[in-house]
Amino acid sequence: MNRQKIAVVGGGLAGLMATLKIVEMGMNVDLISLVKVKRSHSVCAQGGINGACNMKGENDSPWEHFDDTLYGGDFLANQQQVWGMCQKAPEIIYLFDRMGVMFNRTPEGHLDFRRFGGTQHRRTAFAGATTGQQLLYALDEQVRKYEAEGRVTKFEGWDFVSAIIDEQGICRGLTAQEMISMDIKVFKADAVIIASGGPGMIFGRSTNSLINTGSAAGKLYQQGAIYANGEFIQIHPTAIPGEDKLRLMSESARGEGARVWTYKNGQPWYFLEDKYPAYGNLVPRDIATREIFDICVNQRLGIDGENKVYLDVSHINPERLNVRLGGILEIYEKFMGDDPRKVPMKIFPGVHYSMGGLWVDDHQQTNIPGLFAAGECDYSQHGANRLGANSLLSAVYGGMVAGPEAATYVRNNSQSVDDVDERVFTSQLKADKDEITAILSMNGSENPYTLHHEMGELMTENVTVVRENKNLVKADEMLTEMMARYKNINVQDTTKYHNHSVSFIRGLSGMMDLAKVITQGALHRNESRGAHYKPEFPDRNDDEWLKTTMAAFDTQKRNPSFSYAEVDTSLIEPRKRDYTQNKKGGVTS
Amino acid sequence: MTGKTVHLKINRQDGPSSEPYVEEFNVPWRPSMNIISALIEIRRNPMNINGDETTPVQWESVCLEEVCGACSMLVNGKPRQACSTLVDTLEQPIHLAPLKTFPCERDLMVDRQKMFDALKEVKAWIDIDGTYDMGPGPKIPEKDRQWAYELSKCMTCGLCFEACPNVNPYSSFIGPAPLSQVRLFNTHPTGQIQAEERLDQIMGDGGLTSCGNAANCAEVCPKEIPLTHSIAELNKATTLYSFKRFFQL
Repeated sequence: MNRQKIAVVGGGLAGLMATLKIVEMGMNVDLISLVKVKRSHSVCAQGGINGACNMKGENDSPWEHFDDTLYGGDFLANQQQVWGMCQKAPEIIYLFDRMGVMFNRTPEGHLDFRRFGGTQHRRTAFAGATTGQQLLYALDEQVRKYEAEGRVTKFEGWDFVSAIIDEQGICRGLTAQEMISMDIKVFKADAVIIASGGPGMIFGRSTNSLINTGSAAGKLYQQGAIYANGEFIQIHPTAIPGEDKLRLMSESARGEGARVWTYKNGQPWYFLEDKYPAYGNLVPRDIATREIFDICVNQRLGIDGENKVYLDVSHINPERLNVRLGGILEIYEKFMGDDPRKVPMKIFPGVHYSMGGLWVDDHQQTNIPGLFAAGECDYSQHGANRLGANSLLSAVYGGMVAGPEAATYVRNNSQSVDDVDERVFTSQLKADKDEITAILSMNGSENPYTLHHEMGELMTENVTVVRENKNLVKADEMLTEMMARYKNINVQDTTKYHNHSVSFIRGLSGMMDLAKVITQGALHRNESRGAHYKPEFPDRNDDEWLKTTMAAFDTQKRNPSFSYAEVDTSLIEPRKRDYTQNKKGGVTS
Repeated sequence: MTGKTVHLKINRQDGPSSEPYVEEFNVPWRPSMNIISALIEIRRNPMNINGDETTPVQWESVCLEEVCGACSMLVNGKPRQACSTLVDTLEQPIHLAPLKTFPCERDLMVDRQKMFDALKEVKAWIDIDGTYDMGPGPKIPEKDRQWAYELSKCMTCGLCFEACPNVNPYSSFIGPAPLSQVRLFNTHPTGQIQAEERLDQIMGDGGLTSCGNAANCAEVCPKEIPLTHSIAELNKATTLYSFKRFFQL
C-alpha cells in the first residue's frame, strides 16, 4: 500500500517541524519551499527561544510564561492555544538540545537562559545571537536524514501558486512552479500544511527576508481562507535603517544590559528606564517602539535631529558580548562600519512581524478543510503584540501541532486524494497556466518592482506605529488605485527560464489584497491595543473590541468583508497592562 | 540625490546552456550601499549603460544580513556574500560574475545542490530516537560549546568550494564545508556514537585525502570557520581509526 501523503509548503521552523512529526506518524511528505530550506527566514531570528525551564531559581513556570504572553499581547490571543504552547515550551527547548544545538551553557554545563522583553524572568535559551539559524539547521539536519531514507521529497526552489479545492470545498493539494525551469505542476495531497512565513515585504523594507512576501497567504485568502487580526503588525524598536532592508538588532542586547538613550539638554537621557522603572529597557516591543517614535518624531530629540536613538552596549565587557551577542555585533560592524563594543549603535523602529495571519482552529486547521497553517503565517499565538523569543517557540509549536493534526485528519478522512475526480486538478492547473501566459504578455508601462516599492512606502507611512483614521482611508484609496495600475504592468522579461518577474507579479496581487486587509482592519478597530495605536482612541476598549478580526475575501468587490469572533478568555481574566510597575499575578477566570 | 553613480559590469547568461555575455550598468549611488542594493536598483529600472532597455539581472538573495548563505557570487574576482559587500569598499567598475565551480543557471545564479548532497553522504545530523519528550540533551562544557558553535555557523554558501583548487570537474573531492560538519557532529557527545560511520564516508575516494592543503577555504569563509583546522583534526581522527580498524580493536 502506498503511504498517505501530506504536502508541506515552507521549509522554515514550522514547516520542518511539521514534516518530522508527520514522518514519525508513518506518512510521507512532499516539502515545497521557495528557497533551499536551510535559507528560510527562520535563520534571521537572533536572541533566543522562550521556555520556562526554571533554571535560575526564579520560581518560573509555564503558567507565568503564559500570563506574560497574554499580558504582553493585550489579551487578544485565544488562551487555550497559548497555554498549550507555554506548557510545551521546555520540552521543545530540550528537544533542540538533543538535536545538538550549540546553546550557550552555564559553568555546570546546563543550558543558560537570559531575560527578554515583557518578562521579569530569565527564560530565553540562546545560541549566541544566531539562535534562529541554529534551530533551523537542527531541523534541516533531521529532515535531511529522512530525505536520505526517501520519506521526505524536497521541492526546493518551487513557488506555491494555488491550493486545489474540490467542489465540496476540501483542499486536495496544490500547484507550484519551479523557479528555474518554470515548470508548473500539481502536488496531490491528502492534506496541505502552509508554513509560508510572514508578510513583511508588504511594507517594502522591513527586518524580514526578501522572500517574506505574504503572497502564499494572500493567494489562500483570495481562495477563501479567512485572515485574522491582520491589522496587528509588530514594529521592532531596534533596527538599523538600510537602503535594502532594516537589519534587526536583537532584543537580547537589552536582555544582556544594553541601554536605550538620547541627548536631552546636553545630557544622556535613558528615557525607557525613567518612564518604566519596573521593566526599564525590557518593556515589550510595542511600548519601546512608541516611545522611540515619540522621542524622534514628536519631541525631535533623535540623534543629530535624525530619526535615530542610541542602543548602547559599550559599557559591557567585550568578551562577554562576543560570547553572548557576537552574531549581531558582527552584523552592525559589517554593515555600519562601527564597532558597537566601543561606540553606541544607532537604531530606529522597523516593521518586524505579523501577529495576524491565516485563521486556524485549535487543531491549526484553517476554515478550508484539509488546509492547515503554522508559524508566522497563522494568527494564533501572540494576540495584539508578540513578546520577544516567543516567535521561534510559536513556529516550532505550530508545526508540532499541525503535523500530527493533519496526519490524524488524513487517517479519519473517508475519501483519499486518489479517488478525487481528475478534473479538480486539471482545472486549477489550467487556470494557473493561463495566468502565467497572461503575466508574460503584460506590456504596459508600470514596473512591478517600483509599484511594490510605492506600496511599501504607503503602508509604512500610514499603517505602522501611529494610525490615524483619515490617513487609513486615504491609504486604502491609494491601494485601490495601485490595484488598477497593476493591470498596466510591464513584465520586462519574457525569458522562460528563472524569470523572477513572473512569480513576483503573481504574488504582488495577493500582497495588495492583504495590504487592504491590514489597512481596513486598522481603520475599523477604533481603540488602541498592543501594536495597534490610534491617538484618536488611545485606550483599550474591551467592551467593544476584545474580539478577533476575521477578514474574508469578497471576490465580486475585490475587498475584504469583516466579521468579528469572540476571544477565548477562559483561563485568565483580561486586565490592564502597566509596565511602570511589577506585573501582578493573573486572576483565573 | 548626489548625482554620483556606481558602474557595474555583470556577467550574464540567459539559461544553463546559453552563451554568457557581459552587460554594463550605471546606477545611482547611495550611502552604505551594498551589492544587493545596486541589483535591486537595476530591477526597478532595467536599462544598461547605453540606455537600452534590458531584462532585470537575476540573482539569489534572501536574508541580506549574511546568515542565509544565498547571495554568493564573484565580486571583482573574489568569492563573497553580495549582501555584506559594500560598494564604497570596491574599485569601479565593479565586476559581478557567478561562482565558477558550480553550474550557472541564469545570470548570477548557480546550482549548489552538490553541497547539500554531500551533507547527506557524510550523515551530517545527530541520530536522535525521535522528537518525543525525552528530557534534556547531554551536558556540554561551555568552552567546548564555544568552538563547536563556530563550526555550526556554516551556511552552505559555497565560497570555500569556489576557492578550493581541488574542487573541480576532474576531482571527486567532497569539499571543505561538509568535512568540517563531520568534525562538528563527531565532537557532540551524542553525535560521537556514529563517529565511525561518518569517518568511513570521508576515508574513501573524494574524501579527506583529496584535500591539497591549499588553505584557501578558511580565508574566504564569511563566517571565519576554521576549516583547515577541522581538516587537520579529521586527519588525526581517521589515522587513529585506521589503526583501530587494522588491528580490529
